[in-house]
Parts: sequence; structure tokens; C-alpha cells
Amino acid sequence: MINKKKLSFDTKFELMRFTVAILIAIGLSFVTILIVSHEPLLALRKLFLGPVESFRRFGNVVELAITLSFAGLAVAIMFSANQFNMGAEGAFFASAGVAAMFSLALPLPPVLAPLFAIIVGGITGAIICVIPAWIKMKWGASELVSSLMLNYVFYYLTKYFAFTKFKDPNCGFVGTFKIPEAAKLAKIVPHTRIHAGLIILVFVVIATIFFMKKTRWGYNLIQTGQNPHFAKYVGINTGIVIAYSQIVGGFVAGMGGAVEVLGMYNRFQWKELPGYGFDGIVVAIMAKNKPQYVPLAAFFLAYLRIGADKMATATDVTSEMISIIQGVIIMLVAAQAFLSHRRQKMLVKEVSKNV
Amino acid sequence: MDEILRLENITKIYPNGVTANKDANLSVRKGEIHALVGENGAGKSTLMKIIFGMEQPTEGNIIYNGKQTQIKSPLDAIACGIGMVHQHFMLVESMTVAENIVLGAEPGKGPIPNNRAMIEQTKEIIEKYNFVINPKEKISDLPIGTRQKVEILKALYKGAQVLILDEPTAVLTPQETTELFRELRGLRDMGHTIIFISHKLNEIKEICDRITIMRNGTTVGVHDVGSVSQQEISNLMVGKDIDWNIEKNPPKRGEVILDVKNVSVLDEAQRSILKEVSFSLHAGTILGIVGVEGNGQSELVEAITGLHKADAGSIKFHGNDIADSSIKQIREMGLAHIPQDRMLRGAVVNGSIEDNMIATFIDKEEFSSGPVLKTKKIRSWSEKLIKDFMVKTDGPEVPVKMLSGGNIQKVIVAREFSSNADCIIADQPTRGIDVGAAKFIHRKLIEMRDNGVAIMLISADLSEIMDVSDSLLVMYGGRFVAYFPDASKVSEEELGQYMLGVKQQTSEEVKGCIA
Ligand SMILES: Nc1ncnc2c1ncn2[C@@H]1O[C@H](COP(=O)(O)OP(=O)(O)OP(=O)(O)O)[C@@H](O)[C@H]1O
Ligand SMILES: [Mg+2]
Repeated sequence: MINKKKLSFDTKFELMRFTVAILIAIGLSFVTILIVSHEPLLALRKLFLGPVESFRRFGNVVELAITLSFAGLAVAIMFSANQFNMGAEGAFFASAGVAAMFSLALPLPPVLAPLFAIIVGGITGAIICVIPAWIKMKWGASELVSSLMLNYVFYYLTKYFAFTKFKDPNCGFVGTFKIPEAAKLAKIVPHTRIHAGLIILVFVVIATIFFMKKTRWGYNLIQTGQNPHFAKYVGINTGIVIAYSQIVGGFVAGMGGAVEVLGMYNRFQWKELPGYGFDGIVVAIMAKNKPQYVPLAAFFLAYLRIGADKMATATDVTSEMISIIQGVIIMLVAAQAFLSHRRQKMLVKEVSKNV
Repeated sequence: MDEILRLENITKIYPNGVTANKDANLSVRKGEIHALVGENGAGKSTLMKIIFGMEQPTEGNIIYNGKQTQIKSPLDAIACGIGMVHQHFMLVESMTVAENIVLGAEPGKGPIPNNRAMIEQTKEIIEKYNFVINPKEKISDLPIGTRQKVEILKALYKGAQVLILDEPTAVLTPQETTELFRELRGLRDMGHTIIFISHKLNEIKEICDRITIMRNGTTVGVHDVGSVSQQEISNLMVGKDIDWNIEKNPPKRGEVILDVKNVSVLDEAQRSILKEVSFSLHAGTILGIVGVEGNGQSELVEAITGLHKADAGSIKFHGNDIADSSIKQIREMGLAHIPQDRMLRGAVVNGSIEDNMIATFIDKEEFSSGPVLKTKKIRSWSEKLIKDFMVKTDGPEVPVKMLSGGNIQKVIVAREFSSNADCIIADQPTRGIDVGAAKFIHRKLIEMRDNGVAIMLISADLSEIMDVSDSLLVMYGGRFVAYFPDASKVSEEELGQYMLGVKQQTSEEVKGCIA
């Protein structure tokens, strides 16, 4: 009984804290824009209202949020095992390329085609993300460093295959052949590019929450991440747990890459690492590694990004502005002490009310 | 005598809504050793953390040296001359004794500490207070008792006049405790004031001048130690009479459950720490292992439980050699283990009580079908354990780090005792647990033994081990040096001589512990 009250208090407080963090960040960007811009009012309007000015633009926010959610989930799973694996970045890129190549190499009927392409993308991501964990177990090398290095290995490998064997000579820029229509994810909202990946995401989010909270696998993963000595002592095979945590995380990242290319593009044409893996870290931190908060954090970041884009195209403020806001929010969300004073006051009131 | 510190009507509400202190009052005189006692979760550590500036009181005043004082952080406390040694140590293991002692107040100009001066000053302070430690040794190489001294010196180096010791003896052997008491008396004679928390009332009778008793977050009285008996103290703590008697029938010795033969363990430098030890543990008996810490007990426990495999010899559990068995397999064969270090191995402090209690059961059919957890069953199970083992908390969702030290230990004991094992390795099972709860655990151990469980009990608390065990083995220098088939026929003095290696039985006598 006391607990229920307590929990609702905590959620209430966290919500308030997040809102205040956002308000502060907005205030800060407001000041910055006033300083750097000749047309501050327009810039602000574009930044905060740009994404909702038209239905299509709001669609852009959702599209980006889908991608960022996959990345955020992947990172949250890997980080929960206390592995600082940056492989999501390489996994996103490679699996997008592999999914495109797969659907070109093996044409399948609709539904089956994207399904298999996404699974193959997932497997690609899983392999990429488990390698750093394996290297660490075998030779004790930091997964942080090895995964960063490996990202480049997979980046160049994917580029090599995609842009030699599958290169479309008739295309005006460097890219693969067009992905067969049967393999592409259907658009599900008219007048936007929001695609069936959204439905897949909903399933993946629910599956991840279930995996982390309601299965032995998730339980073992969390214990291993929080105290490996304890995990070993109670009989958990920590080596296996770390391996599958990176496999599952990598699989989700790989699905994300595949969904992105099949839902948003006509062909695989990325020339550089897209940065989604690193955005995934930002999302995971904002969501405190909790899968249920990942879509919210992803939506929020996507909104800011699209707003910043609109601001940059319409005014003299560059979209890098948004990095500042992002930095401030992450800092405030991550800082335990922020508003803890206020929390204590609220709490004392609450407790004395109950006594 | 002058009063040096007074707490007036301290109330503390933790961020999770728990009221840890309620109108607590404390008055400490200069130059006394003042005991603070109370059941697990009574609020002792919290009150001390308030004095040391680690927690802020929600209400109430601190009066230090006659002046009302705000202690906003440990830095403020240190500046006032208050030092604290915590229930769970806070040393940097990879650094040396000297580095730890001066940490935060390094001698030398600028950012680079002056190494020579550091060693010199450390030596000076070690000599001044009559301690025996080598300043150049690494913390990770030191036994617990010595680490504790480093903690004390660390506070003294920073000029502590008032020294708070939160359960300093919980982790010490009797010999180390004697030495600590000698040093504490020395400190008192030099004019230092000491606040001493302990669950061992005999220690309090031995070394303290006055005693303040806490119950449910508040202080319920202060007495001269000479004027109250141990029985009275514990009754005041609990608020009712507690039953001190432990009933114990003669053991019904069953078959051999655990058979250890010529087991050796080497350390990293290939020196042998455990030297060809052999013994057998029978169903329905409690075998006590005594010894000064660092004589091979931990290695023996780790070899049996599979945490660190033996380098030579054989360990048979239920007749099966477990050399190649995983920890999980050994547990599934029926072994439970209460580990020595509750914060390192025993618990996930960030996890909930429930997460901690279910850890070794999660694979059982009762609690999961396939990979899916039966959350309702898990919930009611942990609620039952909380009740049975009297863990003081709001519920199973509370994170373990928000429990008091003794209650964390209860969570671990509850988990291991309820695992239906037929062999329990209990390493310091009542460390940090209050008298009443310790008696409860002793009774449980005996009850399980009467039901045919084989129990190996390792404890630094001699009276505990002599009360509970049926037979005793003494370890010294990685070997068993004495075996007493009937624990009730040995005196503490005699045990002490074997523990320190002064006396030794013939190898024939010791072999009595095999089969
Ligand atoms: N950081 C914390 N957050 C929330 N509650 C806490 C925290 N620390 C302690 N408590 C709660 O405050 C109460 C008093 O705890 P405290 O640690 O002061 O007890 P104690 O007297 O030192 O007990 P023990 O003998 O077991 O060490 C307990 O109910 C405990 O659960
Ligand atoms: Mg305590």
C-alpha cells in the first residue's frame, strides 16, 4: 500500500524533473538564438513548431523516431549488461546494406521478402555486436575500443560489397540497384512516409519489455550487468549472458537498419556511417536504459532534430544548435542531484500528510 | 565531564519516504567511549551519517562543543574534528596504506603529492597512536582487521577528535578485536571521544562508558554501562523480553554429504594457501571451522562452492566429484552458501529485495515456466521470506541499498536458508545482525540440522561457533591443526591457543574429522 503511493510519487517526480529539464533547455536555446540570429522569432517558431506545421513534417518526426527507437532499444539492452558496446553504429549501417543486397539477390513474394530481409539484417547486427564481447572474453580487450574500431571494418566491408557487386551503373549517384517493390515496407499513413516499420517497432518494444522484465533471460542479464560477482555466486553463467545480451541488442540494431532501408529508401545509398548508433546511446541514456521509455525519448529527440532542420533551412541559425539543447537535457536528466532538494520537500509534505 | 556533542530531536526522512530517525536525542561527553545500540534498522547508521554530514536531518539540531552547528558534508564534519569509519569500508584497494590515509589531504604543493613526506607523516601518526602497520603496503593485500585500522588512522590523520565507529568489530576476529580495544583505550586516554556501534553486548560491557539505546528510529534512554546488564540492554532494544536459550538435542549423525580429500589451493604467486586439507561433513551435524582470518578458510569455502576451483585434491558432494561442476550444478545438487562479503557477492545492492531473494530459485519450475517468470508467485514468495526472516522494509520492491546493514544480511540468509539444500556453507551468517535476529538464525541452523541438513559454519564469533556447532575444526596456516568431536568440551582459551598456532594436535587426532 505504502509502495503504490511511493511509486506514483516517484513517477510524478520524474515527470516533473523531465519537464523542467526540457524547459531549461528550451530557455537556453531561446537565449542562444536571440544572441546568434538576426531573425530570432522566426528561428524559434521553426524550431519548436516547425515539426507540427504540416502533417507531412510531423510524419518526418515519426519516421525518424522509429529509427531512433530501434537504435535506443539496441543500446539499452547492451548497456544493461554493463557492456559499453558501440557496435550499434556499425550494425545499423551494415544491416541496412545487407538487407538491401539480400532482397536483390533473392527476390521473394511480398510480406516474406521484407520479413526475411529484416531477419537477415538482424542476424548481421547480432554478429557485429557479439564480436567485441567475444574479443573481451578471449583476450580481455575493452569492448568500447574494439567495437569502435570494428565499426569501420564493417563500414568498409559493406560499402565494398554493396557498391561493387550490387552497384547500379545507371544511377546518377553511388547506390545499389533499386530494392524490389515486394521487399519494401508499405506506407501506412497517407501523405507521409510513415511505413510498416512502426508496427514492427511496437512489437519489438513490447517484446523487449517482456524479455527484460518477465523472463529469466532478462533477469540474468540485469543481475550480471549490476553485479557480476553476485551473478557468478548465485550460479548464473555470466559469459553466456553477456554474449546473448549483445546478440539480442545487435539483432535489434540490425532490424533497425533493415527497416530503415526498406521503409525509407529506394536503394542502399549511404556513403557514411549514419550516426544512428550513437543517437541510440543518447536515447538510451534519456530513457535510463528502460525499454518502455525508449520510444518517448526517441520521439523527443526526433522532434528536436526535425525542428532544427526546419530552422536551419528557413533561417540563419544552423542545425548544430540542437546539439547544445541535446547536451543540456542529457546532462540534467542524467544528473541525480538535479532538483533533489525540491524532491525532498515534496516528499516530507507527502509523508507528513500520511502520518 | 564536558559534553562535546549533542543531538536534539533529530528526525530523518529518506528520499524514499522511510522515517529512519524520529526525535532522536544523543549526548556524548568528551573523552568517553559511548555505545549506540539497537536492532537492525533502528536508525543507528543514519544518525551517525547525520553527524558526519553524509545525510541531512529533516528536523533537529546538532550542538557541537556548545555551539549549534550545521554539518553540510563530510568535509564540514572533518573540519569540526569528526571522523567516521563506516559499516561498509570505503578504502581504495589499489592504493597503499599511506596513500589512503592522506587521501584528500595530501602533503606537498600543487597537484603532485610529496611521496616522502606522505610516508613520513603516515609513519608518525602510526607511531603516535601505537598501531602496527606498514605504510607502503597495498590495501588489497591486507586482512580486514588491518584495513579497519587504516580507516581509523585516516580519520585521525585529518584531526578527528570525535571518532564514530559503525560496527567496527563485526568483521574482526577476537584477537583483532582485543587489539582494537587496546588502541581505542589508548585513544580515549589521549582525550579522543569515541562513538561505538555494535551488536555484541559483551564488547560494549567491556569497553564502553555509557550507552544510548535506540528503538524504531528514536532513542529510548542513556545509561552508565556498569549499571545495566546485557539482558536489560537487549530488552530495552526490543521493547520486550527476549528468549536467550537455545535448545539443542544431540546430533543424529547421518551419511557423509561432503567429502573433502587432500585439497590444496595456490594463490596467484603459486604459494599454497590451503595445504592438503581433508574432512568429511555428515548429514544432521554442524561442523564449525574456526581460525584467524587469512588462514585458508575463505579458500576452502570457495573451493567447495565452486567459486574458485581447488588446484589439487578431490571434493565429493553426495559421492560425486565436483571438480568439473559449475556453480549452478553444485547448487542444484543441494548446496547453499552464505558468503562472507554481503556487499561484494551476497547481494545486488541496486536490485530490489525480490530480485535478490529469487536469484537462486529463478530456474525452478515453481517460479518460471520455460523462460517466462511467474511474477505473482515470485512476489508472494518474497513477501513470505520478508515476514519469516523479519526483514525491516516496506515491501519486496524496495532496493536493497536502502536497507540497513543487518537487514541486507537477513535478505541473503533468507534466500540461502529457504533453498531446500541439504548442505549449507554458512560463512559469518550473523555478521552485523542484532542479538535477537542472530538467535533466530542460530535456532534455524539447529532446526535444519535436526532435519538432516549438513552444515559447515565459519564464524569469527567464538561464542556463536561454540554454541551452535556439534564439532569443531581449527585452521592455522592453511591446515587443520585441531579437531574437537564435541564442541561443548572446549574452552575459548584453548581454542585461542590453537588458532594462534601456539598449540597443535597430532595428525592422528586431527584425522578424527575424516569419515
Ligand atoms: N539510503 C537509504 N534510503 C532509504 N532508506 C534507508 C536508507 N538507508 C537506511 N534506510 C532505512 O532507514 C532505516 C534505518 O537504517 P539504518 O541503516 O540507520 O539502521 P541501523 O540501525 O544502522 O541498522 P543495522 O544494525 O542493520 O546496521 C531502515 O529502515 C532502512 O531501511
Ligand atoms: Mg547500520
